[in-house]
Amino acid sequence: MNWITNYVRPRINSLFSRREMPENLWTKCPECGTMLFHRELSDNLNVCTNCDHHLAITPRRRFEALFDGGIFSEVKVPEPISDPLHFKDQKRYPDRMKAAQKSTGEKEAMLVAEGEIGRTPIVAAAQDFTFMGGSMGMYVGNAIIAAAERAVKLKRPLVLFSAAGGARMQEGILSLMQMPRTTVAVQMLKEAGLPYIVVLTHPTTGGVTASYAMLGDVHIAEPNALICFAGPRVIEQTIREKLPEGFQRAEYLLDHGMLDRVTHRVKMREELITILRMLLNMPPAVAGDLPKPDPETEAKAPEEPAQAAAASTPKT
Amino acid sequence: MTYLEFEKPLAEIEGKAEELRALARQNEEMDVEKEAVALDKKAEAMLRDLYKDLSPWRKCQVARHPTRPHCRDYIKQLFTEFTPLAGDRNFADDHAVMGGLARLDGKPVMVIGHEKGHDTASRIERNFGMARPEGYRKAIRLMDMADRFGLPVVTLIDTPGAYPGKGAEERGQSEAIARSTEKCLQIGVPLVAVVIGEGGSGGAVAFATGDRVAMLEHSVYSVISPEGCASILWKDSEKMREAAEALRLTAQDLKKLGVIDRIIQEPLGGAQRDRKAAVASVGSEIALMLGELEGKKPAELIRARRKKFLDMGSKGLSA
Repeated sequence: MNWITNYVRPRINSLFSRREMPENLWTKCPECGTMLFHRELSDNLNVCTNCDHHLAITPRRRFEALFDGGIFSEVKVPEPISDPLHFKDQKRYPDRMKAAQKSTGEKEAMLVAEGEIGRTPIVAAAQDFTFMGGSMGMYVGNAIIAAAERAVKLKRPLVLFSAAGGARMQEGILSLMQMPRTTVAVQMLKEAGLPYIVVLTHPTTGGVTASYAMLGDVHIAEPNALICFAGPRVIEQTIREKLPEGFQRAEYLLDHGMLDRVTHRVKMREELITILRMLLNMPPAVAGDLPKPDPETEAKAPEEPAQAAAASTPKT
Repeated sequence: MTYLEFEKPLAEIEGKAEELRALARQNEEMDVEKEAVALDKKAEAMLRDLYKDLSPWRKCQVARHPTRPHCRDYIKQLFTEFTPLAGDRNFADDHAVMGGLARLDGKPVMVIGHEKGHDTASRIERNFGMARPEGYRKAIRLMDMADRFGLPVVTLIDTPGAYPGKGAEERGQSEAIARSTEKCLQIGVPLVAVVIGEGGSGGAVAFATGDRVAMLEHSVYSVISPEGCASILWKDSEKMREAAEALRLTAQDLKKLGVIDRIIQEPLGGAQRDRKAAVASVGSEIALMLGELEGKKPAELIRARRKKFLDMGSKGLSA
């Protein structure tokens, strides 16, 4: 009608709607469809507050929640030579790498760190599914070897969070050779008498499952994680029949004896502390042994105690 | 003689020579020998030309050739007193994996390998060389026994991959493969592996983590089949030629990468053209490799084997 209805009102509306519902603040749960506010989701370690579906979590975020006070230091991983096969499919491998580095802000698909959980010193390694499907190439192999060597040197247990589609095809046979390489890493830990706990997260498949992920002293999986050697699609094509409900999911593997436990992500930290301290012959962890932050220190350093409190009192 | 697709022109010439000779047998006055010999010569030249520089995809086809000698043929020709040992003591005996005690040049060894089968019935019985967890667990048991009695282990690798089946997954295919690789790295006796056909992914690594790894000239060893790789990365399983190229799965590339130690020459036109000779050359290479490892102490073997794999891949293709 006039410039107010035609121009000004849509402008105002769009301003408001943009301010109210910026897209990146909300995540839709892929399982139940609930819209989850980013803050709430992040506080719950990327587990849907409505249906308990476990969404992917980056290694860095996981470590912030895992280690006491969110404090950890990264273990340096020896750099492998890049693009050893000069691999090119529809894209060049270095280009795929650059794209993955840009979208994740990480250098590669595994992060290794040392720190304390419940005042228990550990080394931890976590695979990043968002980085080229967490695929295992030379770098991931080097990371696991570095983690094992560091654990042996410091006489600490290793906790490894696996998440990968399998081997990194762009490194061809060298990705396959990470199966024996990482197995040697696990042997180093066993010979040093150090616990090796694997936390299998969604998805852990292929050569990763058929090497370090299945060689732990204790296997814990996150609920409903897909864990397998051959994926369900490949199997359906081979045997030409529908697979049963829940096939190759964590609970199914637990029933078939491949796992020790299936544990909710927010309870994982506490469980790891409990198991590790028993394996290491240490006294039980003192629950809530961190002094409550008094308002003064909280005012000075709001970040750290808040995180520590969030991490030590997991929600159920 | 089974011809591969790229051998079609060769099939024509060899077929003609055969026809001529058949004709001559029926009709004694005909003298075709001269022409037949000329055709033979032409065929040989063509064969030499075809196999001079086989593309990776063609090598895959040769490696999967139905009449290529399989594990069973090697065991029959190279070993004496072969005594198959069966079962994983848990669930079943996997016929995709052959294993047992045998003598090589009179000396006792433990031999383990994938067997694909040679006709429809045996292929089904052997599950086309695709092992289930029981196969790997049988191998673990045999490697363990070899270790306790100080017998060297010889493995023959020829598998499209571990079997992707429902039961196999339920019984822990990945765990079985992981443990088998682990066992390879733990035994204090020499472990010599030869890829005689297809080295398919984890199913191959589980037996091939050895002190010495050799490959037949036209065998392949890869993290994934070219078809599988093509359908994932190219979203088109028809791009297997490109995928085979990119994956560097030939014995020649793997030698350059330092993944294998030796390439064993095949008779002209591939192992299937002169099975006996191919098997014999594998036999002498196995003897050579075992000779290199003779007299080494268990701890020394284990240390060197681990180092070999830890160092692997550090140099890339330039190595």
